[in-house]
Amino acid sequence: MTTRNRPLSPHLQIYRLPLLALMSITHRITGVGLVVGLLVLAWWLCAAAGGAASFNDAQALLGSFIGRLFLFGWSVALFFHMGHGVRHLLWDCGWGFELDKAYLSARVALVATVVLTLLAWII
Amino acid sequence: MVEFALPANSRVQPGKVHKAPAGAKNVKVFKIYRYDPDSGSNPRLDSYEIDLDACGPMVLDALLKIKNEIDSTLTFRRSCREGICGSCAMNIDGTNTLSCLKPIEDIKGEAAIYPLPHMPVVKDLIPDLTVPYAQLASIKPWMQTQSPTPPDGERLQSPEEREKLDGLWECILCFCCQTSCPSYWWNGDRYLGPAVLLQAARWIHDSRDEMTGERLDALEDPFKLYRCHTIMNCTRTCPKGLNPAKAIGSIKQKLLERGA
Repeated sequence: MTTRNRPLSPHLQIYRLPLLALMSITHRITGVGLVVGLLVLAWWLCAAAGGAASFNDAQALLGSFIGRLFLFGWSVALFFHMGHGVRHLLWDCGWGFELDKAYLSARVALVATVVLTLLAWII
Repeated sequence: MVEFALPANSRVQPGKVHKAPAGAKNVKVFKIYRYDPDSGSNPRLDSYEIDLDACGPMVLDALLKIKNEIDSTLTFRRSCREGICGSCAMNIDGTNTLSCLKPIEDIKGEAAIYPLPHMPVVKDLIPDLTVPYAQLASIKPWMQTQSPTPPDGERLQSPEEREKLDGLWECILCFCCQTSCPSYWWNGDRYLGPAVLLQAARWIHDSRDEMTGERLDALEDPFKLYRCHTIMNCTRTCPKGLNPAKAIGSIKQKLLERGA
């Protein structure tokens, strides 16, 4: 009997991830996105400190379609990460582990992401 | 380690098709993961067309029908057929559950059946559970005391103290939750996983156990306990309706209270 060559059973390939799991992985992905956004923020501040010419270049790039798309994505990531972060805070206080409450908080976090993002861009 | 793709020897190949008998009217297709350790070839996905008019209501009934009438080489664990032994845990229709408790009619379309995810496969639907059993042993799942046993009877517990164990003692160790957890998939060698941590909580919250501090010490570790990121696949999948995520949260809170 060879035990070392045993195959690994399928996992991500076959598992139907429920909303709660998708929220969790999105939290991590948006976390990475926030770091990228932070680097861009630092670059923008450096450009502002570098004088009018470099600041105008940075403004032009961020004001372009691609730049605005990036900023939009960053704001979505920010608000999602914040909303889901509040869920983690509640869990750490011992609230919301029951499935109905977990789904409720997931939906609230998703709606909050949409509302806060739209508000931020309208204002 | 996070590895999204399956290793080369684990990729599932197309398999055989077993047609339904002529005249069958209520046919459902079961796609079942097959692996024969003696063949030396990769796992494959066999199709079995089953006449549901001549089959019991649960997925386990279909598996037994296949084994009895169509293909006796199909291998799986089963015993009690009523959700108390935990033997027939497998991945059915994308979610881990007990095949004896899963009604066939709850599955839309073809029924895909795989072994518990991200485990070494011994044969067909039988995973090697050596690691989770060793992890279970590591948390010492028995009552530990220091004070002498009362001479006149058993160690007593108030109804309120006993109530704290509800939702914990009912676990049948089927490992549905353990193998549904992505954290356990990626760090199963160091993260204890939801089933084992629920057992740990069962003894931490037991008023009669006198080693609570030592139990918490043993879990205060970035990997053993804190790889839980509240993904909640465990609670979603538990065929007994228990809540491992909540149990793990309660251990984290105990550690927090102790540190404060």
